[in-house]
Amino acid sequence: MATRAIWKGSLKVGSLDVGIKLYGAVKDRNAHFHILEDRTGSRVRQRMVRESGEEVAHKKIQKGYEIEPGTFVVVEEKDLERMKPPESRDIETLRFVPSQEIGNEWYDRPYYLGPDDDDDTNYFAFVEALQKSNAVGIVRWVMRGKAYVGALTTQDDYLLLIKMRYSQEVQPSQDLAPPSGPALDQKELRMAKELVSALEGKFEPAEFHDDYRERVLHFVEAKAKGKHPRLPIIKERTTGASLDDQLTKSLAALKRGPEKRVA
Amino acid sequence: MREEEIKTRKRQKPQDGTVAAQITGRPFWSGTISFGLVSIPVNLFPATRSSRVALRTLGPDGEPLKRDYYDPETGGDLEDSETVRGYRTNEGKVVTVTEEELERLAPEKSRDINLRVFVASSEISPMYFEKAYILTPADKSGKAYRLLAEIMEYSQRVGIATFVMRGKEYLVAILARDGILRAETMRFKDEVRNPFDIGLPKRKRPSSAAIENFHTAIERLAKNTLDLDEMRDKYAERMLKFIQKKRAQQKTVGAEHPRKGPAEVVDLMQVLKRNLSQGQANRE
Repeated sequence: MATRAIWKGSLKVGSLDVGIKLYGAVKDRNAHFHILEDRTGSRVRQRMVRESGEEVAHKKIQKGYEIEPGTFVVVEEKDLERMKPPESRDIETLRFVPSQEIGNEWYDRPYYLGPDDDDDTNYFAFVEALQKSNAVGIVRWVMRGKAYVGALTTQDDYLLLIKMRYSQEVQPSQDLAPPSGPALDQKELRMAKELVSALEGKFEPAEFHDDYRERVLHFVEAKAKGKHPRLPIIKERTTGASLDDQLTKSLAALKRGPEKRVA
Repeated sequence: MREEEIKTRKRQKPQDGTVAAQITGRPFWSGTISFGLVSIPVNLFPATRSSRVALRTLGPDGEPLKRDYYDPETGGDLEDSETVRGYRTNEGKVVTVTEEELERLAPEKSRDINLRVFVASSEISPMYFEKAYILTPADKSGKAYRLLAEIMEYSQRVGIATFVMRGKEYLVAILARDGILRAETMRFKDEVRNPFDIGLPKRKRPSSAAIENFHTAIERLAKNTLDLDEMRDKYAERMLKFIQKKRAQQKTVGAEHPRKGPAEVVDLMQVLKRNLSQGQANRE
């Protein structure tokens, strides 16, 4: 089933234009619950109340920023409107940087950019040029009254736009010094290297599951059918030996064969 | 998701460790990273924080308000004990689920990130990345920490695991950069779409002249590094400026309702520096 676009715009790369449509790349798979009244099973409502429990009518409610404990600066709806960025349909490309320049902490949420119906020649030309460049575009756009910064890259033969965190949101790490100490032991380094390469493999995202989420979904579906499934128990593991000893034993376990691999 | 859907208030666990770590300076999670039989005690701190200017809901005289549940029929207040969670199945049937049932389904507390496989860092699409953390050595684990960081950075490998943090299960990548171990929680495969799920049109062969035009445009905008200035949250800056201006004009409310203030906000950077240097004391 095709997904509906959430936004339509124009991607500007220098003086070139690419007509695009924006699609969410994340699916919400969590179980969502409503709050029901236990006694009647009917939906509950929410209201805003004072500490005393007294209700405050919706039109008397205001928003405020707490500058000191208990003291607020009121921010009115019209103030918020005025501070909003001007509406635009353009995604502006600011620069292209080598992909390794962007640390993992910058990436927030992915979207696909698909070609606009009546203009897809430029789209696939840009995809191909971007694939060859090995660079990531840094872009800026305004969508529904909010300004975003994003990283533009490709996925298969399509454009992937990943919303990035703002620069105030990322902890600057160039000021952080790594833990230091005496030179690492050559034998331990060699054993650790051997251990890591023995555990080398491909990234297969399909091999990992959110067991908790799946248990909740199975549980509610089973309950809807009038059943009561039993719950699995997860075991904890502990360790304690010296680093040298742990490395030696791990390598020995690996050499005995994969079935003996530490669980 | 339906708009009228009410977010649960019963278990308001923080989704993001930023606030907790900034207020207390305590790690968001503590446990071990293990590979083979090697086990490294670590503390986990958020590597990001929100720039959003959070506003409170106030009454007409600047009194902070709270959210309350009530029965639409009688108008009466409902205590937490008088409410229950309901789940609507695809067939539209509503099933109630108790807190006790959810607790029994919750993953057992585990304090271990067991790296099951090491993959080339270039193999992981950043579309999986959700939230970044910095790991610091704990319990004199400095040597093992440095060893793992050194090997992973040298071989450009990333360790993959699933683990439990604050009652939720996470897929995580453990990576090393500049001698520091980092964790990145990732989306599970069934949470991301591929271009075919979206139904994007089939690729058309572009002309080499058009590709060349874009190639030139990319070259012209090519730079070596990010410019942090062009990535600022200017909306948050405008908001804070506006708030400071009103404050200077003494346009404030609510002072006659003093309440216990939040603990002093800790500089996360200082917390990280202190925790990272703790491994140095280790002379095993």
